Amino acid sequence: MPDQPVTEPQDKPQEEEGRGLSRSIGVRAQGPAGAPAIDGLPPQKKKAREPIFDLEDVQVSYGPKPAVRGVSFDIGRNEITALIGPSGCGKSTLIRCLNRMNDLIPTARVEGRVLYHGQDLYGPGVDAVEVRKRIGMVFQKPNPFPKSIFDNIAFGPRVLGMKGSMDEIVERALTHAALWDEVKDRLKTNAFGMSGGQQQRLCIARCLAVEPDVILMDEPCSALDPISTGKIEDLMINLKQEYSIVIVTHNMQQAARVSDKTAFFTVELDDEEHRSGRVVEFDDTEKIFTNPSDSRTEAYVTGKVG
Amino acid sequence: MSAHSGAVGKASAGRRGKDRGFQLGLLFCVAVSVVLLAVLLVDVVADGVGRLSWDFISSFTSISADQAGIQAALWGTIWLMGVCAAFIVPVGVATAIYLEEYADSTKWWNRLIEVNIQNLAAVPSIVYGILGLAFLVRGPLSLGNVVLAGGLTLGLLVLPVVIIAGREAIRAVPPSIREGSMALGATQWQTIWRQVLPASIPGIATGVILALSRAIGETAPLIVIGAVTVIAFNPTGLDSPFTAMPIQIFDWISRPSNDVNDYRPLAAAGILLLMILLVAMNSVAIWLRNRYEQKW
Repeated sequence: MPDQPVTEPQDKPQEEEGRGLSRSIGVRAQGPAGAPAIDGLPPQKKKAREPIFDLEDVQVSYGPKPAVRGVSFDIGRNEITALIGPSGCGKSTLIRCLNRMNDLIPTARVEGRVLYHGQDLYGPGVDAVEVRKRIGMVFQKPNPFPKSIFDNIAFGPRVLGMKGSMDEIVERALTHAALWDEVKDRLKTNAFGMSGGQQQRLCIARCLAVEPDVILMDEPCSALDPISTGKIEDLMINLKQEYSIVIVTHNMQQAARVSDKTAFFTVELDDEEHRSGRVVEFDDTEKIFTNPSDSRTEAYVTGKVG
Repeated sequence: MSAHSGAVGKASAGRRGKDRGFQLGLLFCVAVSVVLLAVLLVDVVADGVGRLSWDFISSFTSISADQAGIQAALWGTIWLMGVCAAFIVPVGVATAIYLEEYADSTKWWNRLIEVNIQNLAAVPSIVYGILGLAFLVRGPLSLGNVVLAGGLTLGLLVLPVVIIAGREAIRAVPPSIREGSMALGATQWQTIWRQVLPASIPGIATGVILALSRAIGETAPLIVIGAVTVIAFNPTGLDSPFTAMPIQIFDWISRPSNDVNDYRPLAAAGILLLMILLVAMNSVAIWLRNRYEQKW
């Protein structure tokens, strides 16, 4: 497996400055040749991409039929990778096999290779609990524990036996998740009393407290209002400095706003009418939204099919 | 909006009559059960309230009805409930955890266990008495007719109640809590011990109390395993002979009463005391449920 994925254009700058502005959906800035959408930025700013995940022909099945198959792409360090596509295309299924959450479903089976820093997560001797320590997850619906805000954060560090002052660990995690100022005076109150957006940021803080490498987010904003969503998006962009983030989202503007790379999934019907998802296109978010290679991607991101 | 009265029409007298009749029928059924219960209660209170005093609670039973009390049976019952609780809480909760969190319900043996637990809850209590007699009092364990054997027999009897209540309480904890915990790198055991169990304790505690309030009134199995009826001392330990309140009540009722010794008020007072205990236990269960139950 080469370090660089075949789909990635070699001359593409990792432009940070232009993000979100030039990305009006459906507007073709360039011709179909796939030239960089932003002119005038020197390409030398590109730092070497460092893949932390390498997916090789991954297929996940619940029972006899695959839910998603033929998935091959990589996920870079300090990047936000968005998984988009219609319902039932296997995005959530796929993200849940990146930290072996699918192990909790007895019928789930993962084939192919999920390489994390070169190590197959499904290889012999790999402990799912160890995997989840390194690769955290935030879920669709905020799921705070029925405990105080403090105990929500402290739970992870406690079960992992982390050393150091718990007060400091909790403050650091909450500060990191931009929640400290809002909750510092009520750390001992039950987390169920928080608003939905605060609960979701608490779940992010809880995840940060155990100091993972990667944060997986499975539609983290789908239950939130636009203001809370905006806060979480800002948070994600800040967290990118230190973490690698994978996000499943139904909101294409969200993918365009926050992500560096985007994988577009679609649903295919086989001869027996069984639905399974697969990746149509994986590329820089910029390119997916302005100049996709595949007509199905274009139809989806421009809203022609939903 | 055109709301003139003819648009909908009226139900025919026959239909409305049936509706009314059905309602009255239901009310009659409710009245039958409530009135019966009320009559029983009034009768027991009328007979027994005169004997219900501190002397009654603090005296041992006696051949002389005037001096007899329920102390030995009350302490016997308390000992039995203690043994019973000490047995059903760990065994019942562990079984509930296994069935809910570990057992693969697609496997036939796990389904067999589930069906059997449900059936065990419906087995007549006398059968548990015979089981206790054969395996605890005599047979393999040969404990004799002592507190330990009695408490364990009652424990076996109500264990299915605890398991079923425990499973429901554990099942009520949403999967998202388990996922959230596992996603932080907690093991399955840490997740169960630190998240699932604390969240389900109110439900489990309610189940345990309801199980104990069933056990407290059981008479048949205790008679089968040989609880003593006339005893003038409190149990001193697990290996002590014992009597229990329902047995004492049964003993008083079955004694022939005459003008000198009327045992019937004693029995009524015993029933009242037992009922007070039951109401107290059930109140605690209801309070626990309302106070601590987690709304998800």
